[in-house]
Amino acid sequence: MNPKRKQRLILVLFLVFGFAAVVGLMLVALKENINLFYSPSQIVNGEAPEGARIRVGGMVVNGSVSRDNQSLLVSFQLTDYKSTVAVQYSGILPDLFREGQGIVAMGKVSGRGLLVADEVLAKHDEKYMPPEVSDALKKAGKQEDGSDIIPAQSSEK
Amino acid sequence: MWAFFHRLGSPKWFYDISGKWLPWFGGLAVLTLATGIVWALLYAPADYQQGNSFRIIYIHVPAAILAQSCFMMMAVAGAIGLIWKMKLADMFVKAAAPVGASFTFLALFTGAVWGKPTWGTWWVWDARLTAMLILLFLYFGVIALQAAIEDFSVAAKASAVLALVGLVNIPIIKYSVEWWNTLHQPATFKLTEKPAMPAEMWVPLLVMVIGFYSFFAVVILLRTRNEILERERRTRWVKDIVLSKVK
Repeated sequence: MNPKRKQRLILVLFLVFGFAAVVGLMLVALKENINLFYSPSQIVNGEAPEGARIRVGGMVVNGSVSRDNQSLLVSFQLTDYKSTVAVQYSGILPDLFREGQGIVAMGKVSGRGLLVADEVLAKHDEKYMPPEVSDALKKAGKQEDGSDIIPAQSSEK
Repeated sequence: MWAFFHRLGSPKWFYDISGKWLPWFGGLAVLTLATGIVWALLYAPADYQQGNSFRIIYIHVPAAILAQSCFMMMAVAGAIGLIWKMKLADMFVKAAAPVGASFTFLALFTGAVWGKPTWGTWWVWDARLTAMLILLFLYFGVIALQAAIEDFSVAAKASAVLALVGLVNIPIIKYSVEWWNTLHQPATFKLTEKPAMPAEMWVPLLVMVIGFYSFFAVVILLRTRNEILERERRTRWVKDIVLSKVK
Protein backbone atom coordinates (compact mmCIF):
# COMPACT_ATOMS: atom_id res chain seq x y z
CA MET A 1 0.00 0.00 0.00
CA ASN A 2 1.46 3.34 -0.88
CA PRO A 3 2.20 5.71 2.02
CA LYS A 4 -0.49 8.21 1.05
CA ARG A 5 -3.24 5.58 1.12
CA LYS A 6 -1.85 4.17 4.33
CA GLN A 7 -2.06 7.62 5.89
CA ARG A 8 -5.68 7.99 4.78
CA LEU A 9 -6.50 4.50 6.08
CA ILE A 10 -5.08 5.43 9.48
CA LEU A 11 -7.09 8.65 9.42
CA VAL A 12 -10.33 6.77 8.63
CA LEU A 13 -9.69 4.20 11.38
CA PHE A 14 -8.92 7.02 13.79
CA LEU A 15 -12.18 8.76 12.84
CA VAL A 16 -14.31 5.62 13.30
CA PHE A 17 -12.75 4.41 16.54
CA GLY A 18 -12.30 7.86 18.01
CA PHE A 19 -15.92 8.72 17.45
CA ALA A 20 -17.02 5.31 18.74
CA ALA A 21 -15.03 5.93 21.93
CA VAL A 22 -16.65 9.36 22.39
CA VAL A 23 -20.16 7.99 21.94
CA GLY A 24 -19.34 4.99 24.11
CA LEU A 25 -18.22 7.18 26.99
CA MET A 26 -21.33 9.35 26.62
CA LEU A 27 -23.59 6.31 26.76
CA VAL A 28 -21.82 4.99 29.85
CA ALA A 29 -22.30 8.38 31.49
CA LEU A 30 -25.98 8.42 30.58
CA LYS A 31 -26.55 4.75 31.31
CA GLU A 32 -29.27 5.19 33.89
CA ASN A 33 -31.13 7.85 31.92
CA ILE A 34 -31.45 5.70 28.82
CA ASN A 35 -33.31 2.95 30.65
CA LEU A 36 -36.96 3.16 29.71
CA PHE A 37 -38.22 1.97 33.05
CA TYR A 38 -37.28 1.19 36.65
CA SER A 39 -37.62 -2.31 38.08
CA PRO A 40 -39.81 -2.89 41.17
CA SER A 41 -36.63 -3.56 43.19
CA GLN A 42 -35.32 -0.09 42.33
CA ILE A 43 -38.61 1.47 43.45
CA VAL A 44 -38.61 -0.43 46.71
CA ASN A 45 -34.97 0.48 47.35
CA GLY A 46 -35.84 4.13 46.79
CA GLU A 47 -33.66 4.54 43.69
CA ALA A 48 -36.52 6.10 41.72
CA PRO A 49 -37.37 9.76 42.36
CA GLU A 50 -40.57 10.18 44.33
CA GLY A 51 -43.24 12.47 42.93
CA ALA A 52 -41.74 12.51 39.43
CA ARG A 53 -43.34 10.74 36.48
CA ILE A 54 -41.48 7.48 35.99
CA ARG A 55 -42.00 4.13 34.31
CA VAL A 56 -41.96 0.80 36.09
CA GLY A 57 -41.56 -2.47 34.21
CA GLY A 58 -42.25 -5.97 35.49
CA MET A 59 -44.50 -9.01 35.33
CA VAL A 60 -48.13 -8.79 36.43
CA VAL A 61 -48.45 -11.05 39.49
CA ASN A 62 -50.81 -13.98 38.95
CA GLY A 63 -54.15 -13.42 40.68
CA SER A 64 -53.39 -9.82 41.63
CA VAL A 65 -55.57 -8.05 39.03
CA SER A 66 -58.78 -6.62 40.45
CA ARG A 67 -61.19 -4.46 38.48
CA ASP A 68 -63.64 -1.95 39.86
CA ASN A 69 -67.23 -2.70 38.84
CA GLN A 70 -68.27 0.93 38.48
CA SER A 71 -65.31 2.42 36.60
CA LEU A 72 -62.28 1.55 34.52
CA LEU A 73 -60.11 1.43 37.64
CA VAL A 74 -57.77 -1.55 37.69
CA SER A 75 -55.27 -2.42 40.34
CA PHE A 76 -52.59 -5.06 40.11
CA GLN A 77 -49.12 -5.88 41.31
CA LEU A 78 -45.88 -5.78 39.34
CA THR A 79 -42.93 -7.94 40.24
CA ASP A 80 -39.39 -8.66 39.09
CA TYR A 81 -39.41 -11.79 41.29
CA LYS A 82 -37.44 -9.92 43.97
CA SER A 83 -39.74 -7.06 44.95
CA THR A 84 -43.32 -6.16 44.20
CA VAL A 85 -44.98 -2.82 43.49
CA ALA A 86 -48.74 -2.15 43.58
CA VAL A 87 -50.13 -0.25 40.58
CA GLN A 88 -53.41 1.59 40.12
CA TYR A 89 -54.59 2.49 36.65
CA SER A 90 -57.72 3.95 35.23
CA GLY A 91 -58.18 3.47 31.50
CA ILE A 92 -58.17 0.96 28.69
CA LEU A 93 -55.51 -1.73 28.87
CA PRO A 94 -53.64 -3.01 25.78
CA ASP A 95 -54.67 -6.35 24.24
CA LEU A 96 -51.67 -8.17 25.58
CA PHE A 97 -52.31 -7.17 29.21
CA ARG A 98 -52.86 -10.29 31.29
CA GLU A 99 -51.57 -11.95 34.41
CA GLY A 100 -48.03 -13.20 34.01
CA GLN A 101 -47.40 -10.75 31.14
CA GLY A 102 -44.57 -8.23 31.18
CA ILE A 103 -45.83 -4.64 31.15
CA VAL A 104 -44.53 -1.10 31.58
CA ALA A 105 -46.63 1.36 33.60
CA MET A 106 -46.02 5.11 33.64
CA GLY A 107 -47.08 7.28 36.53
CA LYS A 108 -46.10 8.72 39.89
CA VAL A 109 -45.00 6.80 42.95
CA SER A 110 -47.01 7.95 45.94
CA GLY A 111 -45.07 6.60 48.89
CA ARG A 112 -44.95 3.00 50.17
CA GLY A 113 -44.51 1.58 46.69
CA LEU A 114 -47.88 2.42 45.16
CA LEU A 115 -47.67 3.60 41.57
CA VAL A 116 -50.60 5.64 40.27
CA ALA A 117 -50.31 5.00 36.53
CA ASP A 118 -51.74 7.05 33.70
CA GLU A 119 -50.36 4.85 30.93
CA VAL A 120 -49.92 1.09 30.71
CA LEU A 121 -47.95 -0.53 27.87
CA ALA A 122 -47.66 -4.26 27.28
CA LYS A 123 -44.15 -5.57 26.76
CA HIS A 124 -43.89 -8.37 24.28
CA ASP A 125 -41.13 -10.97 24.60
CA GLU A 126 -39.08 -12.36 21.73
CA LYS A 127 -40.92 -15.68 21.64
CA TYR A 128 -43.48 -16.54 19.00
CA MET A 129 -45.49 -19.73 18.66
CA PRO A 130 -48.71 -20.97 17.10
CA PRO A 131 -51.72 -21.15 19.48
CA GLU A 132 -51.91 -24.95 19.24
CA VAL A 133 -48.37 -25.26 20.56
CA SER A 134 -49.06 -23.00 23.53
CA ASP A 135 -52.27 -24.95 24.33
CA ALA A 136 -50.35 -28.22 24.24
CA LEU A 137 -47.71 -26.73 26.55
CA LYS A 138 -50.36 -25.55 29.01
CA LYS A 139 -51.93 -29.03 29.06
CA ALA A 140 -48.56 -30.48 29.89
CA GLY A 141 -48.27 -27.98 32.76
CA LYS A 142 -45.44 -26.04 31.20
CA GLN A 143 -44.97 -22.35 30.63
CA GLU A 144 -44.24 -20.95 27.19
CA ASP A 145 -40.52 -21.02 27.86
CA GLY A 146 -40.69 -24.69 28.82
CA SER A 147 -40.34 -24.23 32.58
CA ASP A 148 -42.97 -25.60 34.96
CA ILE A 149 -45.90 -23.32 35.70
CA ILE A 150 -46.06 -23.62 39.49
CA PRO A 151 -42.92 -21.85 40.77
CA ALA A 152 -42.82 -18.43 39.13
CA GLN A 153 -39.06 -18.23 38.92
CA SER A 154 -38.36 -17.41 35.28
CA SER A 155 -36.63 -14.10 34.91
CA GLU A 156 -38.21 -11.10 33.22
CA LYS A 157 -38.07 -11.14 29.44
CA MET B 1 -9.44 -10.85 -5.42
CA TRP B 2 -7.19 -7.85 -6.01
CA ALA B 3 -7.84 -8.07 -9.74
CA PHE B 4 -11.58 -7.86 -9.04
CA PHE B 5 -11.04 -4.91 -6.71
CA HIS B 6 -8.97 -3.10 -9.32
CA ARG B 7 -11.51 -3.72 -12.05
CA LEU B 8 -14.18 -2.22 -9.78
CA GLY B 9 -12.27 1.00 -10.29
CA SER B 10 -13.55 1.09 -13.86
CA PRO B 11 -17.15 2.32 -14.10
CA LYS B 12 -17.43 0.95 -17.64
CA TRP B 13 -16.49 -2.56 -16.53
CA PHE B 14 -19.02 -2.38 -13.69
CA TYR B 15 -21.72 -1.05 -16.02
CA ASP B 16 -21.23 -4.00 -18.36
CA ILE B 17 -21.10 -6.70 -15.68
CA SER B 18 -23.97 -5.32 -13.58
CA GLY B 19 -26.18 -5.40 -16.67
CA LYS B 20 -25.63 -9.16 -16.72
CA TRP B 21 -26.37 -9.50 -12.98
CA LEU B 22 -29.60 -7.51 -13.06
CA PRO B 23 -32.00 -10.12 -14.52
CA TRP B 24 -30.75 -12.74 -12.03
CA PHE B 25 -31.31 -10.54 -8.99
CA GLY B 26 -34.62 -9.35 -10.45
CA GLY B 27 -35.86 -12.88 -11.00
CA LEU B 28 -34.75 -13.97 -7.54
CA ALA B 29 -36.44 -10.93 -5.97
CA VAL B 30 -39.78 -11.56 -7.72
CA LEU B 31 -39.65 -15.26 -6.91
CA THR B 32 -38.74 -14.96 -3.22
CA LEU B 33 -40.93 -11.94 -2.46
CA ALA B 34 -43.99 -13.54 -4.09
CA THR B 35 -43.49 -16.90 -2.32
CA GLY B 36 -42.54 -15.22 0.94
CA ILE B 37 -45.57 -12.92 1.09
CA VAL B 38 -48.11 -15.62 0.20
CA TRP B 39 -46.50 -18.06 2.62
CA ALA B 40 -46.24 -15.49 5.41
CA LEU B 41 -49.72 -14.03 5.11
CA LEU B 42 -51.73 -17.15 4.30
CA TYR B 43 -49.93 -20.27 5.49
CA ALA B 44 -47.75 -19.35 8.46
CA PRO B 45 -49.57 -19.96 11.76
CA ALA B 46 -50.85 -17.05 13.87
CA ASP B 47 -49.13 -16.23 17.15
CA TYR B 48 -50.62 -17.50 20.43
CA GLN B 49 -50.72 -14.01 21.98
CA GLN B 50 -50.79 -11.47 19.18
CA GLY B 51 -52.92 -13.40 16.71
CA ASN B 52 -52.53 -12.20 13.14
CA SER B 53 -50.96 -8.82 13.92
CA PHE B 54 -47.61 -10.56 14.39
CA ARG B 55 -47.48 -11.11 10.61
CA ILE B 56 -46.13 -7.59 10.21
CA ILE B 57 -42.82 -9.13 11.35
CA TYR B 58 -42.43 -10.43 7.79
CA ILE B 59 -42.02 -6.84 6.55
CA HIS B 60 -40.64 -5.22 9.70
CA VAL B 61 -37.67 -7.51 10.37
CA PRO B 62 -36.34 -7.68 6.77
CA ALA B 63 -36.71 -3.89 6.43
CA ALA B 64 -34.85 -3.30 9.69
CA ILE B 65 -32.06 -5.73 8.71
CA LEU B 66 -31.69 -4.05 5.31
CA ALA B 67 -31.73 -0.55 6.85
CA GLN B 68 -28.74 -1.46 9.00
CA SER B 69 -26.75 -3.50 6.49
CA CYS B 70 -27.26 -0.78 3.86
CA PHE B 71 -25.68 1.74 6.23
CA MET B 72 -22.76 -0.59 6.92
CA MET B 73 -22.21 -1.04 3.17
CA MET B 74 -22.31 2.74 2.73
CA ALA B 75 -19.67 3.18 5.44
CA VAL B 76 -17.41 0.54 3.87
CA ALA B 77 -17.87 2.10 0.43
CA GLY B 78 -17.24 5.53 1.94
CA ALA B 79 -13.97 4.29 3.46
CA ILE B 80 -12.89 2.79 0.13
CA GLY B 81 -13.77 6.06 -1.59
CA LEU B 82 -11.75 8.06 0.93
CA ILE B 83 -8.69 5.82 0.97
CA TRP B 84 -8.43 4.49 -2.58
CA LYS B 85 -10.31 7.34 -4.32
CA MET B 86 -12.52 4.84 -6.12
CA LYS B 87 -15.22 6.69 -8.03
CA LEU B 88 -17.57 3.71 -8.07
CA ALA B 89 -17.59 3.54 -4.27
CA ASP B 90 -18.64 7.20 -4.09
CA MET B 91 -21.42 6.54 -6.58
CA PHE B 92 -22.61 3.60 -4.49
CA VAL B 93 -22.89 5.82 -1.39
CA LYS B 94 -24.99 8.33 -3.29
CA ALA B 95 -27.18 5.60 -4.80
CA ALA B 96 -27.69 3.73 -1.54
CA ALA B 97 -28.66 6.56 0.83
CA PRO B 98 -32.29 7.10 -0.33
CA VAL B 99 -32.85 3.34 -0.52
CA GLY B 100 -31.57 2.81 3.01
CA ALA B 101 -33.67 5.71 4.24
CA SER B 102 -36.77 4.10 2.72
CA PHE B 103 -36.08 0.80 4.45
CA THR B 104 -35.50 2.59 7.76
CA PHE B 105 -38.77 4.45 7.38
CA LEU B 106 -40.56 1.22 6.51
CA ALA B 107 -39.16 -0.47 9.63
CA LEU B 108 -40.19 2.47 11.85
CA PHE B 109 -43.64 2.67 10.26
CA THR B 110 -44.45 -1.05 10.46
CA GLY B 111 -43.11 -1.07 14.01
CA ALA B 112 -45.48 1.75 14.97
CA VAL B 113 -48.45 0.01 13.35
CA TRP B 114 -47.60 -3.17 15.25
CA GLY B 115 -46.85 -1.32 18.48
CA LYS B 116 -50.30 0.26 18.70
CA PRO B 117 -52.27 -2.99 19.21
CA THR B 118 -49.48 -4.90 20.94
CA TRP B 119 -47.89 -2.40 23.31
CA GLY B 120 -50.73 0.11 23.39
CA THR B 121 -48.72 2.96 21.86
CA TRP B 122 -47.47 4.06 18.44
CA TRP B 123 -44.19 5.36 19.73
CA VAL B 124 -42.13 5.29 22.88
CA TRP B 125 -38.73 6.89 23.38
CA ASP B 126 -36.91 3.71 24.27
CA ALA B 127 -33.31 3.07 23.23
CA ARG B 128 -34.06 0.81 20.24
CA LEU B 129 -36.68 3.05 18.66
CA THR B 130 -34.69 6.23 19.24
CA ALA B 131 -31.49 4.72 17.81
CA MET B 132 -33.44 3.65 14.73
CA LEU B 133 -34.81 7.18 14.34
CA ILE B 134 -31.23 8.51 14.54
CA LEU B 135 -30.33 6.10 11.72
CA LEU B 136 -33.09 7.66 9.61
CA PHE B 137 -31.69 11.13 10.31
CA LEU B 138 -28.17 9.94 9.40
CA TYR B 139 -29.53 8.79 6.05
CA PHE B 140 -31.23 12.17 5.65
CA GLY B 141 -27.88 13.80 6.44
CA VAL B 142 -26.13 11.88 3.65
CA ILE B 143 -28.94 12.70 1.19
CA ALA B 144 -28.80 16.37 2.17
CA LEU B 145 -25.02 16.54 1.79
CA GLN B 146 -25.24 14.98 -1.67
CA ALA B 147 -27.94 17.44 -2.66
CA ALA B 148 -26.32 20.53 -1.17
CA ILE B 149 -22.74 20.18 -2.41
CA GLU B 150 -22.31 20.80 -6.10
CA ASP B 151 -18.79 19.44 -6.46
CA PHE B 152 -18.99 15.67 -6.75
CA SER B 153 -15.77 14.70 -5.02
CA VAL B 154 -16.37 17.10 -2.11
CA ALA B 155 -19.92 15.77 -1.65
CA ALA B 156 -18.56 12.22 -1.73
CA LYS B 157 -15.95 13.02 0.92
CA ALA B 158 -18.49 14.69 3.20
CA SER B 159 -20.99 11.82 2.91
CA ALA B 160 -18.27 9.22 3.46
CA VAL B 161 -17.21 10.95 6.69
CA LEU B 162 -20.83 11.12 7.89
CA ALA B 163 -21.38 7.44 7.02
CA LEU B 164 -18.21 6.44 8.91
CA VAL B 165 -19.11 8.55 11.94
CA GLY B 166 -22.69 7.25 11.88
CA LEU B 167 -21.41 3.68 11.83
CA VAL B 168 -21.20 3.85 15.64
CA ASN B 169 -25.00 3.85 15.71
CA ILE B 170 -25.26 0.34 14.22
CA PRO B 171 -23.98 -1.61 17.27
CA ILE B 172 -26.06 0.71 19.46
CA ILE B 173 -29.20 -0.30 17.55
CA LYS B 174 -28.24 -3.96 17.73
CA TYR B 175 -27.40 -4.12 21.42
CA SER B 176 -29.79 -1.44 22.73
CA VAL B 177 -32.26 -4.13 23.79
CA GLU B 178 -29.58 -5.85 25.86
CA TRP B 179 -27.77 -2.88 27.36
CA TRP B 180 -30.84 -1.03 28.61
CA ASN B 181 -34.41 -1.67 29.70
CA THR B 182 -36.43 -1.14 26.54
CA LEU B 183 -40.02 -1.73 25.55
CA HIS B 184 -38.78 -3.38 22.36
CA GLN B 185 -38.20 -7.09 22.90
CA PRO B 186 -34.73 -8.65 22.48
CA ALA B 187 -33.78 -10.33 19.21
CA THR B 188 -35.70 -13.50 18.34
CA PHE B 189 -32.87 -14.69 16.12
CA LYS B 190 -29.35 -15.12 17.42
CA LEU B 191 -26.43 -16.71 15.66
CA THR B 192 -25.53 -18.81 18.67
CA GLU B 193 -28.94 -20.12 19.75
CA LYS B 194 -31.84 -21.69 17.97
CA PRO B 195 -34.58 -19.17 17.17
CA ALA B 196 -37.34 -18.54 19.72
CA MET B 197 -39.84 -19.30 16.99
CA PRO B 198 -40.91 -22.55 15.30
CA ALA B 199 -39.67 -23.34 11.78
CA GLU B 200 -43.07 -22.86 10.12
CA MET B 201 -42.83 -19.23 11.24
CA TRP B 202 -39.18 -18.42 10.57
CA VAL B 203 -38.71 -20.15 7.22
CA PRO B 204 -41.05 -17.70 5.42
CA LEU B 205 -39.25 -14.90 7.27
CA LEU B 206 -35.93 -16.15 5.90
CA VAL B 207 -37.44 -16.23 2.40
CA MET B 208 -38.60 -12.62 2.88
CA VAL B 209 -35.13 -11.54 4.06
CA ILE B 210 -33.56 -13.08 0.93
CA GLY B 211 -36.26 -11.38 -1.14
CA PHE B 212 -35.54 -7.99 0.45
CA TYR B 213 -31.80 -8.40 -0.17
CA SER B 214 -32.38 -9.28 -3.84
CA PHE B 215 -34.77 -6.36 -4.25
CA PHE B 216 -32.17 -4.11 -2.62
CA ALA B 217 -29.52 -5.42 -5.05
CA VAL B 218 -31.76 -4.67 -8.03
CA VAL B 219 -32.54 -1.13 -6.89
CA ILE B 220 -28.93 -0.35 -5.99
CA LEU B 221 -27.59 -1.69 -9.28
CA LEU B 222 -30.13 0.35 -11.25
CA ARG B 223 -29.39 3.52 -9.32
CA THR B 224 -25.61 3.04 -9.50
CA ARG B 225 -25.81 2.42 -13.25
CA ASN B 226 -27.78 5.63 -13.69
CA GLU B 227 -25.19 7.46 -11.65
CA ILE B 228 -22.40 6.01 -13.82
CA LEU B 229 -24.13 7.11 -17.03
CA GLU B 230 -24.70 10.60 -15.70
CA ARG B 231 -21.14 11.11 -14.52
CA GLU B 232 -19.40 9.46 -17.44
CA ARG B 233 -21.63 11.13 -19.99
CA ARG B 234 -18.68 12.79 -21.71
CA THR B 235 -16.83 9.53 -22.31
CA ARG B 236 -16.76 7.68 -25.60
CA TRP B 237 -18.41 4.46 -24.34
CA VAL B 238 -21.44 6.18 -22.81
CA LYS B 239 -21.97 8.15 -26.02
CA ASP B 240 -21.81 4.89 -27.96
CA ILE B 241 -24.47 3.30 -25.69
CA VAL B 242 -26.77 6.28 -26.05
CA LEU B 243 -26.35 6.39 -29.83
CA SER B 244 -27.04 2.66 -30.14
CA LYS B 245 -30.26 3.12 -28.11
CA VAL B 246 -31.38 6.06 -30.25
CA LYS B 247 -30.98 4.21 -33.55
